[in-house]
Amino acid sequence: MDSLYFLIPIAVLFVALAVKVFFWAVNNGQYDDLETEGRRILFDDDLQASSSETEEKER
Amino acid sequence: MTSPCYHCGLPVPAGSNHSVVIEGAPRSMCCPGCEAVASAIVSGGLDGFYRYREKQSDRPEQKQPQDRWSAYDLPEVQQQFVHDWEGGRQMAALLIGGITCAACVWLIEKHLGQLAGIEKVSVNASTQRAQIVFDPEQLQPSALFEALERIGYRPAPATAANRERVIQSEHRAALRRLGVAGLGTMQVMMFAIALYFGAGSGDVGEFERYFRWVSLLVATPVVFYAARPFFSAALRSLRARHLSMDVPVSLAIGLAYSASFYATVFGTGEVYFESISMFTFFLLLGRTVEMRARHRAGLASGGLAQLLPMTAARYDGAEIEHIPVAALAVGDRILLRPGDTIPADGEVLEGESGVDESLLSGESALQQKSVGSHVYAGSVNGDSSLTVRVTAAGKSTRLSAIERLVERAQLEKPAQVALADRVAGIFVGVVLVAALGAFAVWWQLDPNRAFWVALSVLVVTCPCALSLATPAALASATLRLQELGLLVAGGSLLETLPSISRVVFDKTGTLTRGEPRILRIDLLRDGWAEQRVKDVAAALESQTHHPLARAFRAWRGNLTASQLKVHTGCGLEGLIEGNRYRLGRADFAVSQSDSPPEGEGQWLLLADDQGAIAWIVLGDQLRVSAAQAVRELEQMGLSAELLSGDESGEVQRLAHEAGIDGFRAGASPEDKLSHIKQLQDAGEKVLMVGDGLNDVPVLSGADASVAMMSAADLAQSRADAILLNGDLRVLAQSVALARKCRRVVRQNLAWALGYNAIALPLAVCGLVPPWAAAIGMSVSSLVVVINALRLSRAAPSAEDATQVVPNLRPGLAD
Repeated sequence: MDSLYFLIPIAVLFVALAVKVFFWAVNNGQYDDLETEGRRILFDDDLQASSSETEEKER
Repeated sequence: MTSPCYHCGLPVPAGSNHSVVIEGAPRSMCCPGCEAVASAIVSGGLDGFYRYREKQSDRPEQKQPQDRWSAYDLPEVQQQFVHDWEGGRQMAALLIGGITCAACVWLIEKHLGQLAGIEKVSVNASTQRAQIVFDPEQLQPSALFEALERIGYRPAPATAANRERVIQSEHRAALRRLGVAGLGTMQVMMFAIALYFGAGSGDVGEFERYFRWVSLLVATPVVFYAARPFFSAALRSLRARHLSMDVPVSLAIGLAYSASFYATVFGTGEVYFESISMFTFFLLLGRTVEMRARHRAGLASGGLAQLLPMTAARYDGAEIEHIPVAALAVGDRILLRPGDTIPADGEVLEGESGVDESLLSGESALQQKSVGSHVYAGSVNGDSSLTVRVTAAGKSTRLSAIERLVERAQLEKPAQVALADRVAGIFVGVVLVAALGAFAVWWQLDPNRAFWVALSVLVVTCPCALSLATPAALASATLRLQELGLLVAGGSLLETLPSISRVVFDKTGTLTRGEPRILRIDLLRDGWAEQRVKDVAAALESQTHHPLARAFRAWRGNLTASQLKVHTGCGLEGLIEGNRYRLGRADFAVSQSDSPPEGEGQWLLLADDQGAIAWIVLGDQLRVSAAQAVRELEQMGLSAELLSGDESGEVQRLAHEAGIDGFRAGASPEDKLSHIKQLQDAGEKVLMVGDGLNDVPVLSGADASVAMMSAADLAQSRADAILLNGDLRVLAQSVALARKCRRVVRQNLAWALGYNAIALPLAVCGLVPPWAAAIGMSVSSLVVVINALRLSRAAPSAEDATQVVPNLRPGLAD
């Protein structure tokens, strides 16, 4: 049971860290647009295909 | 029936020959506007947009004059939305209309990225704002506007940047608080479970103290940081001598925290840290959801200034100079080209033209202006050029007068006192009296327990469920309404909607689509087909900015006309395949005047040198959903009324078609407002649905108001809600949902009060141990929240669902 004396402070430390990371994310605008960013990764995949197509056209 | 337009999803009129090859197959388009936008997208190699998007795009506006955007290059104008950026770059803040989903963001970023001199583009879909970093030596801001317009969006400079920053920081602060409260609650709950079990076994005094201290450590930021808005709001309401829900909330949090703090430090009594944290978290969650919806609606509109152009062409007798509108002074002479928005009130010096004043007066027909007539800021010049002497600019224009009328109407708006706030006042009083009474009685019986009993009264009756009852229901109903297509902006809408007794509609743009359609064609000569008539008329109308020309744009390009000439107020003439055609008023098209046949709508005559060919009847068409919406509203016991600024017989025809019995035509904004006031004095609760600037005072003065998505910005910002998809049936669904919401709120309040009615006497008698208090509180809160969540699943009737879905996603069907 004595382990609780240092395990719990570690847990609290982790929470503090999580809050800090969360604050950083919010202040960086990570939560400003919840709609687009989740989908962007899907678009980018195809973007390379279509932009290389246009490059070919230009050549 | 043919497939809908691939770009905007509207039906393609028969005989229209517009199409673009997208992803290997020709796709039909409804008008040249959609065709131009789609081919711009495809030629940029961005046709993937059509695969990614989840909603139809907006139908693009008619093509505007080429140099429309050049005004944004003027230094005085640039100042308002372009800021310096590091490394000699500049950053332009734009408001982009027409963003419907995440794919739009992708399209805009990629399309602008192809321009030379663009450094970085970031677009936010929920605020419809874009920040574009560019190199001023390679690129002028006007090129940005042009590029955005080419792919079908409506760009405008974001001049209200300060307000946006305030909204953004408010939003971020709310998220930070929510995060602290959420993480804190999880931790404290964990410790609390250990405490609950420890409380049973009895001999863990040392660990109990340890856990209490740790709980105190974690709960402190939750109380002092996350719950701060409640304390400051409570203070504000106390200063205003008014008991709002924030007062009992702050009282409960504050007292429970201080008592737990005292108990922890001196090792006596009970601690309530987990209750405090959970309570704070739930309340913050409800408020954040509500705030997000409000901000989204607020950001969708940019305010009054954007109704006016940013520059005016001043003409001093010798040369034309483009100056910012703010610099216009009384007495200046300005030139107005066809399609220009008039920047100031004035008097016509030269020229003759039809002016579209529908935004100001609701009148759908063009107003003929000649030398000496007055023109008003905010209206749009129609078919030919005018020279105007400014008689009023800035704050003294008629447009600003309407704005002032709006402010007055808002002051006079019937005050809404939230049900929860009324309950709160009584509740706080009862609880405080009970706590004091318990303290006094126990002081006589057992002075040692007096304080703890009084405290347990406060904590057990903690208005947790009570204060969650309303916000939880409102938040879940707000989200559900947004899914249905109604964006709620005003907090009181859901509370007023159930008691509405009358729905008042505006005509143009609200009940109707707001643009002319061909209602009927009467052929007068053998050998002509309707399609041929449409093609000829479209070719003749292809160059004008007259609002009626929009009725023909689907067939534009099927034939080409040359030597086009506009006869203001009469019609058009032009040469097609060697024949001279005229289209317009009967006495203009043919020399011997034929009076048009009896009937509603606007009658145009098409003729050539040999005489009349066909009558074309134009009229505004009802929205498809209008008649059904009116029927559904009436089934729910609401009466519908049509209130229009338009003088013509159109009002009667459309009222009849939509099934509305009561209508009023020719009402000025002042008339409309006083009509609403009369209804309100007669005890009616009025819901106003409108879109034009002339509706804005009424929207502000009505008990509840809904603006259309296509409405003037000002109308949107003054309305309680915005109808996103133009489907009027959503109104009836919203009223039904609001009624259900009211029922849920009442159930919740009844439950919370009932729980308290049982718990209070027990607590006063000193019979409630802390773990029972905590469980009782959590369970009653959960019941309230779960009951509220039922609203988010409230579905519209099955019939509606089947009608709407196939229209929304034709992209997936192909």
